[in-house]
Amino acid sequence: MTEVKQLVKGLADQYGRNEECLLPILQGIVTSEQHISEDAMVEVARELNISAAQVYGTATFYSFLHTKPLGKYVIRVCKTITCMMHGKNQIIKELESLLKVNLGETTHDGKFTLMETNCLGQCHKGPAMLINDKPYTDLTPEKVREIVMMYRNKELRSN
Amino acid sequence: MKKKHLQRLDLIFKNEHDIEAILEKTLKRGNDEIINDLISSGLKGRGGAGFPTGLKWKLASEEQTDEKYVICNADEGEPGTFKDREILQSVPHKVLSGMAVCARIIGAKKGYIYLRGEYLFLKPQLLEVIDEFHSTLDKMGLDFRVEIFLGSGAYICGEESALFESMEGKRGEPRNKPPFPTVQGYKSKPTVINNVETLAHTYSIFKYGPDKFKDLGIQDSRGSKVFSVSGDTPIPGIYELEFGMSVQRFVDDFGDGDAKAVQVGGASGFCVPRKRFDKTVIGYQGKLRGTSLPTGGSMMIFNSSRSMYNVLHNYLDFFVEESCGQCTPCRVGTQQLLLGIEAVKKGDQPSSYLDRLMDLAEGMRVTAKCGLGQSVANSFSSIVENFKEEMIY
Repeated sequence: MTEVKQLVKGLADQYGRNEECLLPILQGIVTSEQHISEDAMVEVARELNISAAQVYGTATFYSFLHTKPLGKYVIRVCKTITCMMHGKNQIIKELESLLKVNLGETTHDGKFTLMETNCLGQCHKGPAMLINDKPYTDLTPEKVREIVMMYRNKELRSN
Repeated sequence: MKKKHLQRLDLIFKNEHDIEAILEKTLKRGNDEIINDLISSGLKGRGGAGFPTGLKWKLASEEQTDEKYVICNADEGEPGTFKDREILQSVPHKVLSGMAVCARIIGAKKGYIYLRGEYLFLKPQLLEVIDEFHSTLDKMGLDFRVEIFLGSGAYICGEESALFESMEGKRGEPRNKPPFPTVQGYKSKPTVINNVETLAHTYSIFKYGPDKFKDLGIQDSRGSKVFSVSGDTPIPGIYELEFGMSVQRFVDDFGDGDAKAVQVGGASGFCVPRKRFDKTVIGYQGKLRGTSLPTGGSMMIFNSSRSMYNVLHNYLDFFVEESCGQCTPCRVGTQQLLLGIEAVKKGDQPSSYLDRLMDLAEGMRVTAKCGLGQSVANSFSSIVENFKEEMIY
């Protein structure tokens, strides 16, 4: 059995095989793979006995489900109004120069992807961002440098 | 003379140590009695739409079927709203108690908290609380279980029927109404879906009775409301205030002294310009004099350094991305509004083009399938009308 097959089977065993389990299964794939490949979609359709088109339809609807490969750490900077008012562009610029990528791109080592996202519900502490599921608020360029450094060090230690 | 500050309330966030006892006491009361209390308290849905909560529970309780659901809508995605996160973090027991009482009344065995993907970090802590809560329910002999269902970053899923679709594994596309959720909700079964804050308020009503709640607020808008305050304010944050204040009173307390506009209700709400601060009251539309604005609690303050063009541009950008794309008025309308204001700003279209854009927005109010498309006109028209020169120059 291929890795994807095994992953999808495991998730279906955990959550179940009816349609209500589709979103949790897709979320599970994203948690371990960062994105949902075509192979994974076909496999989910087979496990749940629904059409691959339905899986594709759902997978492409939600902004936190990705169908293109992403880095290990997905950075989502909030671009909605109050974060914008409190300097989100400065934060993006800082991240672009730190990571040497443009918005929407992944670093060459496959570690970081930089994106924007809509309101994170941290408007009183903007600018805000998520790194995977962890929120960071009251951001300043200095703070962003420290945060990225922390993640890089974590990666160095794990190698 | 310095004006008196707005009264800060502490009903929702007050730490209570007798939640279990209140739940037990409430569960011993009759269904009708509890529903009547909720109806007479005047509690209305705190997500922004303002449907009477007691009536919602009553309607679902009257449906004749074994399979029913209680859902807590924690898909708080409206720009400028963050109160539900705080409620779930600090007083989740109150929300769960509300769900359990509702479940007993309507006859549901299963409940869900639909938690937006952006709040995934709350899940571990919530799961612990839910586990503990389940053993409390077992002790009381109530057959009810709560699960967390995680969203995946879609604003539209805060719309109740889109939320059901999402839970059923589909794209989050709103359904036609009727049938309403109390008749056909999740899995086409009768479902009560309430906002996080609404459920927390039901606990206060169980504990203190309907009168204490009713004493707060004005006319058709009863009780207190949790406001999310952000933007140009020295004191951003979450505040529980009485319903029925004027925007002027709000700005006096929370503004930075230079407020030129307040956006009430987020991107889908209304922009109130300085000249209307005095005449605008925060509350559900009823028999109030002047304008009254309902709100999910998002209050964004803009001072005179802000370009309202940029504000509107940001909102439209948001709507273009978050429109589910199912119905044409919303999918195409949001894009055309965005392109339209850009064209006017660049001088590619005359300023009179703004009137045509407002017609388009008003057309969307009538023709769009759900609240998202219908409410784009709220912010669009209120910003364009009041800040026309900022749109053009």
